[in-house]
Amino acid sequence: MQPGTLSSFLKRGAIWGFILLELIFFTVAGEFLSLSDKAFMDVDNMLLLFKQSAPIGIIAMGMTIIMINGNIDLSVGATYAISAIVLLDSLTWPIFGSLGDWVIPVSWALALLTGVVLGALNGLIVWKTGVDAFIVTLGSMLGYRGLVFMYNGEQPTSHLNWTLVDFAEAQFLGLHTATWFLLVVTAAISFLMNRTVHGRNAYAIGDNREAAVNAGIRVGPHMMINFMIIGFLAALSAVVFYSESGSVNPNDGSLYELWVITAVVLGGTKLTGGAGSILSTFGGVLAIQLLRKGLAHIGADTETVNLVIGLILIAVLFLDRQLNIKGKEELKI
Amino acid sequence: MTEQIPALRLEGIVKTFPGVRALDGVSFSVLPGEVHALMGENGAGKSTLMKVLGGIYQPDDGRIIVNKMPAVMTSPLEAKAKGIVFIHQELSLAEELSVAENIYLGELPRKRFGLVDWTKLEAQTNEILARLKVGFDAKTRVGDLSIANQQMVEIARALTVDSKAVIFDEPTASLTDAEKVVLFDVIADLQKAGVGIIYISHRMEEIFKITDRISVLRDGQYRGTLKTAETNEEEVTQLMIGRKLDLSRNVRHHELGRVALEVRDLSCGELFRDVSFEVRSGEVVGFYGLVGAGRTEIAETLFGLRDPSAGTILLNGEEVRIHSPADAIAKGISLVPEDRKGQGLVLGMNCRDNMTLPQVDDLKAGPFVAEGSEIAIFDQYRDKLDIRTPGWKQIVGNLSGGNQQKIVIGKWLSMHPNVLIVDEPTRGIDVGSKSEIHNLIRDLAAQGYAVIVISSEMPEVLHVSDRIIAMYSGQITRTFTAEEVTEDNLIQAISGIGGSDRAA
Repeated sequence: MQPGTLSSFLKRGAIWGFILLELIFFTVAGEFLSLSDKAFMDVDNMLLLFKQSAPIGIIAMGMTIIMINGNIDLSVGATYAISAIVLLDSLTWPIFGSLGDWVIPVSWALALLTGVVLGALNGLIVWKTGVDAFIVTLGSMLGYRGLVFMYNGEQPTSHLNWTLVDFAEAQFLGLHTATWFLLVVTAAISFLMNRTVHGRNAYAIGDNREAAVNAGIRVGPHMMINFMIIGFLAALSAVVFYSESGSVNPNDGSLYELWVITAVVLGGTKLTGGAGSILSTFGGVLAIQLLRKGLAHIGADTETVNLVIGLILIAVLFLDRQLNIKGKEELKI
Repeated sequence: MTEQIPALRLEGIVKTFPGVRALDGVSFSVLPGEVHALMGENGAGKSTLMKVLGGIYQPDDGRIIVNKMPAVMTSPLEAKAKGIVFIHQELSLAEELSVAENIYLGELPRKRFGLVDWTKLEAQTNEILARLKVGFDAKTRVGDLSIANQQMVEIARALTVDSKAVIFDEPTASLTDAEKVVLFDVIADLQKAGVGIIYISHRMEEIFKITDRISVLRDGQYRGTLKTAETNEEEVTQLMIGRKLDLSRNVRHHELGRVALEVRDLSCGELFRDVSFEVRSGEVVGFYGLVGAGRTEIAETLFGLRDPSAGTILLNGEEVRIHSPADAIAKGISLVPEDRKGQGLVLGMNCRDNMTLPQVDDLKAGPFVAEGSEIAIFDQYRDKLDIRTPGWKQIVGNLSGGNQQKIVIGKWLSMHPNVLIVDEPTRGIDVGSKSEIHNLIRDLAAQGYAVIVISSEMPEVLHVSDRIIAMYSGQITRTFTAEEVTEDNLIQAISGIGGSDRAA
């Protein structure tokens, strides 16, 4: 067995083990603590859990490739809100009045395009100025959120289109529309990262940027493509969620970036780039949603949920570090 | 030979940076099938020249000609497409990716729709790996390989394209002797295939063993090309530094003091076992062995960076336990580490602050740092060690390797240690400064310090040491006095040949 094999095996399997642990814990604890007499592992409850994972989950797939690439994107929450506004508002534009329900694909396309453009803007600035992605997207997070408030002030933007709501609430083969979107995005991004030249180059850039440059990989365009993908996915997440809810508040999507990053990190993606797996991020997303749902099931309030998730995140990173030290016989600090 | 068309020809390359003329009309040519050494002190312009060749810098003047065709390189990719391949000294690998992906970094074979052709990638890689006779396969994660094997991956990159010229930049820095043999075989193969090779190295033995001609740079200027068979080390060195270099054996003129450090049966897991030796004040003890023999690990244990699994350490006759570097420093042990830039210096800080880093806590005036005392300490050791810097405000990262090393040594001397451990004192330091560092080490011994020198360069160990301890695979195989050591018996002792003749 080569050094590091055990730790990477543990790391790869860890998130699924953690999910299993959560399921057992909440099932058992639920028997004693839950106020409702419904079991935690109820089929409907689990289907709902998948559906509720979708908004964060879809963005997390984009964040995984951004972080593998060695960047970070803090503006996803704001991009999500802008795309939602574009979606709901454009449904009511008089110019599309004659389209009837055909306005739906047009509005979807506009919302998704908004996400791609905002992402491209981030990517372009990171590429052309060389400023760290953390700073660039910190700026655009504030800026994009500003745009949201400029649009409608403190007022919510609302429009319910019942055809859209029917579509969003539909179930196909038992799974909700939102779940299908999450699964398709996971499969597509996983394919992109493992099978395509772009995906492998993204890994190489995050792992050793200088080596990538020396090998003639054009770092900037790859980064920009990834920012466009995450912009697209933030918009897609908004499209999926607001098709159903029909109303967006100007503060919607705040702190999404942090939930997304938490899920990605729980899934084992390295903060410094170069390593990470889409499937593990999927696990990370489920683990967080399970925790939120499970703690609520046994009667904990939101504040407690946040505290527990925060502690678990730090514990996971600490554990990861310990495993790495064992593998490499690192020096003491 | 003069009739041949050069594989690569440089004509009057000029490159200036603000305030510096880094390259001043450099011209030479590399013939197909030739190994051409490029030598020069650090700062002579070798790396700048290589960056021009690799398309990272654009020359201000002059031409690069590849196979009779003038070539303008605007990117590393373009250089590679024109058949110029670099084997970088500092490993530029993506550790999380597989061997195959690293070898074909930037040019993964594609199928339709931008998909990676994994079958082809793996087949091509295994073909190349077979040529290199290495013991890992295409799918191995690079981070799981030893440093030496990672170097082989780097070398494998040169074999992926139809190369006209391959540039090896200090390729043997981390290779064992056996791996060097493989490397030289690969170079011979490339030679037979008619590839021109530029070989950059500070190691004279290698240069004289494998190269056909030697071109020398000094201060950005081309100083001439010598035929290897018709020259010798002195002549090359003189061309490089413009004066003669003393490479004679060390002769001690002072008496040894009492035993400053004694180590009894020290072990640290698998890294080294049952190591016993002593160092007297006034003595320089050299540790020589292959990469991985356990020399650096011993130093790290003495400095409190590793916990020994067994054995005792005695300082001035008293048994001590060293739990941390702070402990070691307090007890008078100092370590000048192997990786100067990574472990020894804060490159972005100025000379003074680097020098007083370990004692800044003791130099306080009330709650504030006493800048006056700091400057006084800096001035004292600048004069003592002849550190050439415009002043204490100079950022250490801007100094030459030799002066950086003196800052590290000065830092520890200012702590008044009993035992000074110097790991690879002249790694990456040019020939001229090398002998200065060697003289400095000798001077320190003469002043009564007990000095341990760890080095992978045999001439260096022979030159500075009073006694030489040879290590093989975690154990001391033999201890030599300066009189009895020869290159032959030293090589035998570090290769594990001829049983272990353990001397105290």
